[in-house]
Amino acid sequence: MREGRIWRDTSFDLGAKVWQVSWIYVLLLCALASIGYAALYSAAGGAPEPYASRHVLRFATGLVLMIGIALVDIRFIARLSWPSYLVALALLVAVMRFGHTGKGAQRWLELGGLQLQPSELMKITLVLALSSWFHRASWERIGNPLFLIPPVIAVLLPVGLIVKEPNLGTAVITAILGGAMFFAAGVRWWKFVLIALPVPFAAQLAYNHLHDYQRARIDTFFNPESDPLGSGYNIIQSKIALGSGGMWGKGFLQGTQGHLDFLPEKQTDFIFTTIGEEFGFVGGAALMALLGLIVLGGMLIALRCRNQYGRLVAFGIATNFFLYVAVNIAMVMGAIPVGGVPLPLVSHGGSAMIMVMVGFGLLMSVHVHRDVEFS
Amino acid sequence: MKGGTHRTGVFTRRALLMMGGQVALLGALAARLYRVQVVDGVRYATLAEENRINARLIAPPRGRILDRFGTVIAGNKLNWRALLVAEQTSDMTATLDNFARIVSLADYERARIEREVRRHRRFIPIMVREFLTWDEMAVIEVNAPDLPGVLVDVGTSRVYPYGEQLAHIAGYVAPPSEDDVLEDPDLALPGIRVGRAGLEKQHELDLRGTAGVVQLEVNALGRVIRELDRQEGVPGEDVRLTIDVSLQQAVLDRLGDESASAVVLDCRNGEVLAMGTNPSFDPTLFNAGVSQAQWAAWAQDKHTPLLNRATAGVYAPGSTFKMAVASAALESGVMSPGDRVTCPGFFDLGNARFHCWRKGGHGTLDMRGALKNSCDVYFYETARRVGIDRIAAMAHRFGLGTELQVDLPGARPGFIPTREWRMGHGKAWAPGDTVVAGIGQGYIQVTPLQLVTYAARIATGRKVEPHLTRKLGTVMQPGSQPADWPALGVSDRSLHLIRDGMWAVVNEAGGTAPVARLHDPRWQLAGKTGSSQVHRVSREQREQGNFDSAKLPWELRPHALFVCYAPYDAPRYAVSVVVEHGNAGAAAAAPIARDIMKDTLQRDPGGRDELPAARVAQREVSP
Repeated sequence: MREGRIWRDTSFDLGAKVWQVSWIYVLLLCALASIGYAALYSAAGGAPEPYASRHVLRFATGLVLMIGIALVDIRFIARLSWPSYLVALALLVAVMRFGHTGKGAQRWLELGGLQLQPSELMKITLVLALSSWFHRASWERIGNPLFLIPPVIAVLLPVGLIVKEPNLGTAVITAILGGAMFFAAGVRWWKFVLIALPVPFAAQLAYNHLHDYQRARIDTFFNPESDPLGSGYNIIQSKIALGSGGMWGKGFLQGTQGHLDFLPEKQTDFIFTTIGEEFGFVGGAALMALLGLIVLGGMLIALRCRNQYGRLVAFGIATNFFLYVAVNIAMVMGAIPVGGVPLPLVSHGGSAMIMVMVGFGLLMSVHVHRDVEFS
Repeated sequence: MKGGTHRTGVFTRRALLMMGGQVALLGALAARLYRVQVVDGVRYATLAEENRINARLIAPPRGRILDRFGTVIAGNKLNWRALLVAEQTSDMTATLDNFARIVSLADYERARIEREVRRHRRFIPIMVREFLTWDEMAVIEVNAPDLPGVLVDVGTSRVYPYGEQLAHIAGYVAPPSEDDVLEDPDLALPGIRVGRAGLEKQHELDLRGTAGVVQLEVNALGRVIRELDRQEGVPGEDVRLTIDVSLQQAVLDRLGDESASAVVLDCRNGEVLAMGTNPSFDPTLFNAGVSQAQWAAWAQDKHTPLLNRATAGVYAPGSTFKMAVASAALESGVMSPGDRVTCPGFFDLGNARFHCWRKGGHGTLDMRGALKNSCDVYFYETARRVGIDRIAAMAHRFGLGTELQVDLPGARPGFIPTREWRMGHGKAWAPGDTVVAGIGQGYIQVTPLQLVTYAARIATGRKVEPHLTRKLGTVMQPGSQPADWPALGVSDRSLHLIRDGMWAVVNEAGGTAPVARLHDPRWQLAGKTGSSQVHRVSREQREQGNFDSAKLPWELRPHALFVCYAPYDAPRYAVSVVVEHGNAGAAAAAPIARDIMKDTLQRDPGGRDELPAARVAQREVSP
């Protein structure tokens, strides 16, 4: 209860806060980014250019941003939950109108030379908004279906927009993330069952409305060899690269598949294959363990927090990170259709990295302010 | 607070459940990873370790451009070249050093290679050297161990067998820009060229085709062991033109060294049979990139070789415009064919005096006589009565000073002034401007292609559009049948009078172009001369009495023009000729047009779609 006394005093100073940051957790993130550096160095054929050096620069920027956010009072963040959600929603609409097209989808927005992918921002602000909605709600209130209508709309609106982009992978992740938030907030079990029942029918309906390239991804998932040079190519090459790595791998910079062959997205979505090829199953499993530690660490921060808002935010951020990781790795191994989801802090790509670090900043703010009371 | 604790309890339970789920899922993924990497690993390892599959894009052969009888205007020839794949060499500098020792490599070439290596992804082959000789290729192959990453392959490069003669029609190709590559990644392939002008540009997408993929098995060093699979790309489509190459050559021969252009049109359907423009340029120069010195030379040449005079050279039509003025007068009902005007040699409007080309005047003339004699005063008066707006509308209907639907990039629309245009510039229309428009001077600008279209529309009464594409691949393009074209909407009575006047110009005693007469009665020609001033004749010069525009410096002499069609009674071909600064239409342009028309009628290219058997056989012997 020694800490409790400190935090009831609202005029705590910045120095004390810095000590409350979980530096072990920061260390875990640095370790992950270092693995990213090594993998990108190798993907460029053993050179810091063009991926690895920029990766470091972005991570350093992200780290500063994260610590900065961690020191912001969580109650202040709570007040900004809905406004930030609305800003993200507006950006998502803007990207539909003015966005840059990449691979046939409008996903990018250019703001003063900075590329922004609003769907990444959307997921984080969705977590904030839902946490804000649920943090005062009593167990009884959550049981009331009418109370759940606004947050359901708050989830479906961005999901719909992201499907329209079209970015199916991110849309599904956003929907699952929203569902997880409802689950953590205490929405009754039977409601989830009720929603889950019609899913197969909805999936069939959705499949009929997909873009051709999305449908091709799902089709080749079920039978990658049907189109070995087209859509199935990535998965086959990815499996060959992973498989050739074996138990112990070929050694750093010794991977041949990534270097010699036509693995088109080896520095972005398929970066995991480079690691799997060069460091084998042992390396791949170790990386997965590290990713798992980061997820579980986030969940522990949620459990340790003493206010509902912080608990929900931490839960949401950790879940978001987990979804990224699980979808990316499953995709690379051909376990789910390829979906354009990067491996956070390892893949090459600036916008996603910054947003992931903003998320960790919020997570850390929850940790720093774990004992504050909302008046 | 009780509700709060219950809520916290629920959260804790559910968060722990979630953590359990997450750990289980990661565990499952790890298990799958174990399966892929360790259990099935052996199978994949052999796939990867000994023989790797390497996919390589293959450039599609670019479609050819052929003339109407199948003669190649733009084709492909084999091009042996050395390529460098950056990721297959550990030391690029050493590789290039070794290469330079075998086949010389200039510093600027090296700089380009290094720049391209940085710009492209490392598995994309970069062109080191094109157009290798057999000996150079052999030396490179023998020294292959010293040249990791270098491979020799065969591509194609563009050839234009007729070079300058068809450069303005075929256009040229050049290496793609970075923007092009962003649009179509296939263009990153070494040796790909894109159309930058002429029909190469117009039909770029049809000519380009789609890249194929070849799957190669390569050993650990990246050497190709065998080809596993080959998906040929879709070759570009051949484009068959309306042009007759042999007629084109004859036209250019007849133009000689003049800065001039001539267009031959099939009157009935608008097919362009020949389009000569002089001077021209060598289109193959663009293949490898044009040097600074060459650009400078072109820019300074006052004969502007890069200008397609036939479609983008604009000239005042001079007296050739008179048929449009006459037609406007007849169709608007302002004048009838019998109306007479007296020409004393000049025309007064207020204080201004406009002269006829014949000093003493023509006396009293009707419209046919005015066309035959090309009387300026008659048309000053006619234009004054009809007004500029009706003249402009009629000129547009004939295709003058308006955008044609021609399938050649860079064609210019020319210009016909109207009252509205003048008002837009804040000035009132001056009556004197209408008067000079009556003889095709002033603001009026047209192109030779428009002039020949004008002649064809007068001859057939149909709104034919000039075009150069006959077939794309195997698909015949619309427009080859006269019925494809709508009626012009000018009465037969008016057209008949104008045709009769044009016939008299050439075939009747006293006409302005007896020189254009063909002496075969089956081939009677109807035409009209024109000279367009580029320099205003001053009062002093006129009053000195012995003014002779032929003595002016070349740049100040009038342009010479002639439009015609033949045969008069069953129009088949139309020809327009513009000789820049040729002085007088009758003297400089009409004889050229006559000879071209005679040649066209003799060959009759529009009347037969295939060559006579003897010439086909000859072509097969010498490709």
